[in-house]
Amino acid sequence: MRKDEKLILEAFTKRPEAEVVLVDDRAISFNIGRDRYDYDVVLERSINHSRAFHAIRLYESAGIPCVNRGDVARICGDKLLTSIALADHGVPQPEVRVAFTEESALQAMEEMGYPVVLKPAVGSWGRLLSKINDRDAAETVLEHKTVLGSYHHSIFYIQKYVEKRGRDLRAFVVGDECIGAITRSSPHWITNTARGGVTSKYPVTPELADLALRAAHAVGGGVVALDAFETPDGLIANEVNYTMEFKNSVEVTGVDIPGRIVDFALRAARGAVAV
Amino acid sequence: MKADCPVCGATISRQIDMVVGELLECTDCGTELEVLSLTPFVLAEAPQEEEDWGE
Repeated sequence: MRKDEKLILEAFTKRPEAEVVLVDDRAISFNIGRDRYDYDVVLERSINHSRAFHAIRLYESAGIPCVNRGDVARICGDKLLTSIALADHGVPQPEVRVAFTEESALQAMEEMGYPVVLKPAVGSWGRLLSKINDRDAAETVLEHKTVLGSYHHSIFYIQKYVEKRGRDLRAFVVGDECIGAITRSSPHWITNTARGGVTSKYPVTPELADLALRAAHAVGGGVVALDAFETPDGLIANEVNYTMEFKNSVEVTGVDIPGRIVDFALRAARGAVAV
Repeated sequence: MKADCPVCGATISRQIDMVVGELLECTDCGTELEVLSLTPFVLAEAPQEEEDWGE
């Protein structure tokens, strides 16, 4: 349980009408088609994407509304599916190419022009990202991925590198509202707070709110955090997170993010919002 | 109430707002620990990060 989950628990204690049951994904098992639960809603906060997605689908199958929905977890948990969803909904994003072999991936990178960023489709916290500046590096990284990685590391997700001037943006979306935003700054090209990025408040401008809500809608809505880049042509979407971490953003934004998440979950429990 | 860090043996005090499952860092050795139980106060090394961990 991260500090984020603890903040959510604290928010629940301020809403005594809610009875909270903590479910440890390491301790549960499911009996498909036979499970019955006395839950009004499941608020998913698992640290494992695969457990989270499958558990959500199992709870949904048992008739329990979940925040977020299984489709949202499936899409946001996979950068390739996220990019498809963003493209399907006309949400601007960096150029992305996908290839399945070293040769085709190298060809794609050559066509895109360097630098590019090679990302695992499933992964978080800036892990295993490779900024590839030239063909030599491309050949090396692709060979290492193919030889040393598990099969999904040979689904090559290649994103055009965006010069982000030392920072990116994160916008928090709850339902149909962008409730707050921050910048994440770092001298390193990876700006995730898990990698030392420093947060500052960023105003929820109409442009950012519009992009955040469109991106959230593209992946299915709910409680999500958009990571976005500033470019000379405007803001573009990078990734959408469905079990968003916010512990470094509450004080910075002045927004009660855990409270807003809890209120959304309680509305979902009452059927007041569709999930 | 206190417990020993299972890695370095440092003594760690239970805080009043701790909850089962909470992650904390041993102030002596820096190991990430998980609260297994509050009464008695028991700590274990937290699970190792896996490839699909994240947000």
